[in-house]
Amino acid sequence: MAKLTFKGGIHPYDGKDLSKDKPIKDVLPKGEMVYPLSQHIGAPAQALVAKGDRVLAGQKIAEAGGFVSAAVYATVSGTVKNIEPRRVASGDMVMSIIVDNDGLYEEIAFEGRDPEAISKEEIITVVKEAGIVGMGGAGFPTHVKLSPKEPEKIDYVIANCAECEPYLTSDYRRMMEEPEKVVGGLKIILKLFDKAQGVLAVEDNKPDCIEILKKLTANEPRISVKALKTKYPQGGERLLIYAVTGREINSKMLPADAGCVVNNVDTMVAVYRAVTEGRPLMERIVTMTGDAMKEPCNYRVRVGMSYEELLEVAGGFRVQPEKIICGGPMMGNALFDLKIPVTKTSTALLALSKDEVSAYEPGPCINCGRCMEVCPGRIIPSKVATCAEHFDEEGFLEYGGMECCECGCCSFVCPAKRPLTQQIKSMRKIQLAKRKK
Amino acid sequence: MSEQKKMLKVSSNPHIRSALTTSQIMLAVVIALLPAAGYGIYNFGPRALAVIAVTVASTVLTEFIYGFFMKKTTVTDMSAVVTGLLLALNLPVSLPLWMAALGGVFAILIVKLLFGGLGQNFMNPALAARCFLLISFPKEMADFTTKAVNWAGLSWDAYTGATPLAALKAGESVNVMNMIMGCEGGTIGETSVIAIVAGACLLLLLGVIDLRIPGTYIVSFVIFVGLFGGRGFDPAYLSAQLAGGGLMLGAFFMATDYVTRPITVKGQYIYGIFLGLMTGIFRIFGPGAEGVSYAIIIGNLIVPLIEKMTRPAPFGCKKGGAFHG
Repeated sequence: MAKLTFKGGIHPYDGKDLSKDKPIKDVLPKGEMVYPLSQHIGAPAQALVAKGDRVLAGQKIAEAGGFVSAAVYATVSGTVKNIEPRRVASGDMVMSIIVDNDGLYEEIAFEGRDPEAISKEEIITVVKEAGIVGMGGAGFPTHVKLSPKEPEKIDYVIANCAECEPYLTSDYRRMMEEPEKVVGGLKIILKLFDKAQGVLAVEDNKPDCIEILKKLTANEPRISVKALKTKYPQGGERLLIYAVTGREINSKMLPADAGCVVNNVDTMVAVYRAVTEGRPLMERIVTMTGDAMKEPCNYRVRVGMSYEELLEVAGGFRVQPEKIICGGPMMGNALFDLKIPVTKTSTALLALSKDEVSAYEPGPCINCGRCMEVCPGRIIPSKVATCAEHFDEEGFLEYGGMECCECGCCSFVCPAKRPLTQQIKSMRKIQLAKRKK
Repeated sequence: MSEQKKMLKVSSNPHIRSALTTSQIMLAVVIALLPAAGYGIYNFGPRALAVIAVTVASTVLTEFIYGFFMKKTTVTDMSAVVTGLLLALNLPVSLPLWMAALGGVFAILIVKLLFGGLGQNFMNPALAARCFLLISFPKEMADFTTKAVNWAGLSWDAYTGATPLAALKAGESVNVMNMIMGCEGGTIGETSVIAIVAGACLLLLLGVIDLRIPGTYIVSFVIFVGLFGGRGFDPAYLSAQLAGGGLMLGAFFMATDYVTRPITVKGQYIYGIFLGLMTGIFRIFGPGAEGVSYAIIIGNLIVPLIEKMTRPAPFGCKKGGAFHG
């Protein structure tokens, strides 16, 4: 049987052995908590608290600032110290609510619902209220994904269990330790789409997950587990849809245009807990890893905790890292400071003892075509990047520059070590800003 | 903390790189050319080694001196070695050494560096230099009969004689087995099919080249010669055409040159077919017996056109690209 996959992609060193067998550990934050009002794609959330207010864990401290937006919840009890701009992983300064943690962890009372009896409208309201966003990294508000224009046309609900990004093991641990919650979340979302079948799409480098999920869904006629070929970026939304259904969508289309709704593993769990326990999105799994990390491990972290504190809990560095990355090595952001909060979309902190990027001097393109062979967007990255470099906007658009998903495969393979992804990304940003005008 | 800040490196994603570098690719090509070069030296004697050494030295020195004045270190990418070696393999063993050196300077300075250096040249530098020498010194470049023995005091039982392709064109019979082995007249590196294909296999195994261009080039050439060669699909004639001249060296080592071939997959097929047809036309209807160098040079010129015609449709977009803005 041909394996489900897409054309292109790469096989980098995956580094998952460092942390894949480390069970999830709970950590309780002790220091100051930072809650950025923009942890998602869309309008920033609006603060509901003011300086000096006492807040409890699970209390809504900011409400959605529009339809495409998400609420933010306090994850500890304490006092609001201030609302001020703070630096986040992307390097931007984002308006954030700062809470002085009183160390009591007092919670408000949560009220769960019966997932069997809940109505469609209620599910979407609960998800929206809980501030759930895509937790694979993009941070698109989940209730928007669950409200397509024509819900009756959705025939696939796909749980993105690929975790193709090297080094990350948070989704893997989630599937190993709480598979029933993943399946539970999927079942709740399936209630929204009567005609849809549920697919748990897992890369075949996780045979144990596939087995567990298969066992768990043996009596679920609407749910199947599908093994995908292990290849980066198999978990890219458009490529995942193609691998599972054979349908292609371009950058301007939504998964719903192909009859699909795609959600990450952790997002499924968040939906499940929001419905059954009434808990908003307050925590996530973060992988602390890399060859410079003393003890690579997976942690259940409350959103708002600083990476600096989390690193201390994790035991610090084994050697001085040259580079620290928030997220995976392919799409993560390099950090110059660890005073940055864990947010809803934080997947990992990766500390590398050697930085491969600065080890090479970029040279001229020799037109070898390797970037084109690995590009899942089927564009010619070398040409598109050259257009971007020369600020040739017309050429950039003509060569399909906007179809780039910024996965980084081209920069990875380039023998001339050209920063192709970076050049294309910069130009895309400019073009997207122009479109909005 | 401030110390740590100093030490952390920040760059845009991705943060990992594959180990393969441009100079490693160039080195692979050099190694893959060594069997052909080695056989050339065995076949034509130590003077072949002198031609190779002079040509490579002239290309590398030209690159180095230009880089010195332009304050760029480009010589380490090894591409000048590839050009020098390829050019030498395309020269007759008896060529005066100063001409070989001049060819090297022309290839690197005029064809490559003045157009912007590696990656910017629109013609294969080695082939352009060969054509330059063919036009400038037609007598010396076509001289495959002068004995180069007793050069530098060494005696060598070198092969000399008309090239098999010229004999074939004159209607004489040729020994195909000798042509495949390489004990025939010709340029230094083109005679031995076995040595060339051995090197090409290394590049194929390493993934440096693939069969798209050489395959379509050779197949379309065979079909053309079969149809218009006047001897039909006579296996002996066809294999002599295949093994003779610069076809094998050209198809595997020069038509596959990254910089001057189309980057698109479809474009590579079209390019290969075009080269096959052009080579066939030059060999059968042209005044000379050879045609590979000119075919590839002309092919180089239409590469931008081919690339434009064969631009792939991005993922999820229909052909023609409905996403121009």
